[in-house]
Amino acid sequence: MSFPWAKQYQPQNSLMKWVDERLPVPRLVYNAVGAGYPVPRNLNYFWNFGVLAGAALGIQIITGIVLAMHYAANGAIAFDSVEHIMRDVNAGWLLRYAHANGASMFFIVVYLHIFRGLYYGSYKAPREMVWLLGVVIFLLMMATAFMGYVLPWGQMSFWGAQVITGFFSAIPGVGETIRVWLLGGYAPDDAALNRFFSLHYLLPFVIAGVIILHIWALHIPGSNNPTGVEVKGEQDTVPFHPYYTAKDGFGLGIFLIVFAVLLFFYPNYLGHPDNYIPANPLSTPAHIVPEWYFWPFYAILRAFTVDFILPAKLWGVLAMFGSILLLFFLPWLDSSPVRSNNYRPKARIAFWVLVADVLILGYCGGSAADPVYVILSQICGAYYFAHFLIILPMISRSERPTPLPNSITEAVLAKHGGTSPAHTALTPAASS
Amino acid sequence: MASIDTAVPPGEDPAPYHEEVADPRRRDFINIAAVAFAGVGAGVVVLPLVNQMNPSADVLAQATTEIDLSKIAAGQAIKTSFRKQPLFVRNLTPAEIAAADAVPLSELRDPQSLEERTKGKKNWLITMGVCTHLGCVPLGAGEGENKGPFGGYFCPCHGSAYDTAARIRKGPAPTNLVVPDYAFSSDTTVTVG
Repeated sequence: MSFPWAKQYQPQNSLMKWVDERLPVPRLVYNAVGAGYPVPRNLNYFWNFGVLAGAALGIQIITGIVLAMHYAANGAIAFDSVEHIMRDVNAGWLLRYAHANGASMFFIVVYLHIFRGLYYGSYKAPREMVWLLGVVIFLLMMATAFMGYVLPWGQMSFWGAQVITGFFSAIPGVGETIRVWLLGGYAPDDAALNRFFSLHYLLPFVIAGVIILHIWALHIPGSNNPTGVEVKGEQDTVPFHPYYTAKDGFGLGIFLIVFAVLLFFYPNYLGHPDNYIPANPLSTPAHIVPEWYFWPFYAILRAFTVDFILPAKLWGVLAMFGSILLLFFLPWLDSSPVRSNNYRPKARIAFWVLVADVLILGYCGGSAADPVYVILSQICGAYYFAHFLIILPMISRSERPTPLPNSITEAVLAKHGGTSPAHTALTPAASS
Repeated sequence: MASIDTAVPPGEDPAPYHEEVADPRRRDFINIAAVAFAGVGAGVVVLPLVNQMNPSADVLAQATTEIDLSKIAAGQAIKTSFRKQPLFVRNLTPAEIAAADAVPLSELRDPQSLEERTKGKKNWLITMGVCTHLGCVPLGAGEGENKGPFGGYFCPCHGSAYDTAARIRKGPAPTNLVVPDYAFSSDTTVTVG
């Protein structure tokens, strides 16, 4: 589906015509990321991050397939096989560092992508399904990243596996049985390592599949835009190619520069030195923390210190999963018909407070479990839930938005110092 | 029809919107330069992805093997391994040397004299135990194995027969058994690789 003015694919020669009549893949590409997909003309650079996330997934899949050619998922030799990759395999250091830091880059762009969606109301009707699929992708990413981090079989790998599977032991009654089932043993060992490797290889392709659904769902209403006002006519859009292929290409260049700086100059900056110590089931590292991209959720997990009806351990696990599952309900928690926070003065403030809140949670999650950080985690964790369950629904009902532009084109022209009724959607015929 | 990118927004200087009349346009130049740069970059990125499949440093480090010849009597052969492949070391009898020398080079598919296939000591025939047809291990090095019609080695897979200098004489294999790089480190020890 697309706008009625979308350009139709015209095969350039008889060969492409022959292909198009039998398997219209070129047409599919043309309509998805070519000139056949009309996109709002006013997208800013925050709209780069979807493409960048796709690129990051591509980098992870390519480097991951290559690493799997050298890695051995066996507790006795897994750690050595990773060192073998680092020291013996041709360009192995490059491929492994690219994969490890590529995961961080993937999460950086995905977090920016999510906050872009939050700020500009991209989760609202008619794009709820895009948002829901996005949360599914995020959950799959977290599972994939966790299992990948276990594979080098260092100290952080081992104790990460121990702690994360320990979440399930919080389930009343059957918890311990589930934990043992997940691990295939009483502690992480060969069985766990092998199944994590198998699933770590599988899930990225599941993610790729859900991304196809995510883009499919997106292309039905078309992209949101910084005004949040729907496209009203041809003058509000430009073809994806060349306008956004060029803009995304530029963004990809910046992304790759940042990635290269991280990869070539600070390859271990985001890692933990403890993971260069082989896994030891008899000794837990003094300061055990997950990778940075899990810190906010880890802070919420640790924030529960007192039993209240349920054990504190169970509260922590429920809250941690709840903080993500909550996002599934966001499209219905925020009932304001105005999408973009550019026109919502109160929601905009709440948005930036939420950003600060999540950053503080992240800082707490990455720090040792000192009482100060635990209290801070409790306050910020409570605020996180309050934002989505209380503050945002209340603002949606009480807030008076600032006037919206009549159309995307009017907003664009107003920025350039003039408005022309002839170019707005009220008289679409006048523009052509 | 004015398209979006040629339309001049009201109140703006029209000059930038009409500047692109030169051929090639500035935009074409930037486009070609950017795509070419990205193409070269993508090409370079492929190199490590291909190179990682080459033998790694630890595999290359297996490249030498020491062999003790003192226990091999005339007429005997041993199978050992070099780079995870079978290696035949054979102490030829004078009769076998004579048989190899008697064959005129013009009769051979891959002409080489026994002299050329050994290093100074004509009785020590050291070859890879890998048939040059499709890589099976020929028979003939072990006690009581079929040495084939030419008294050297015989490959059971597709019937290639090698003579006492491990030269191909009959069957589908194209070349003689490969002689690896080796040197005598003393009278009774050889370093292969």
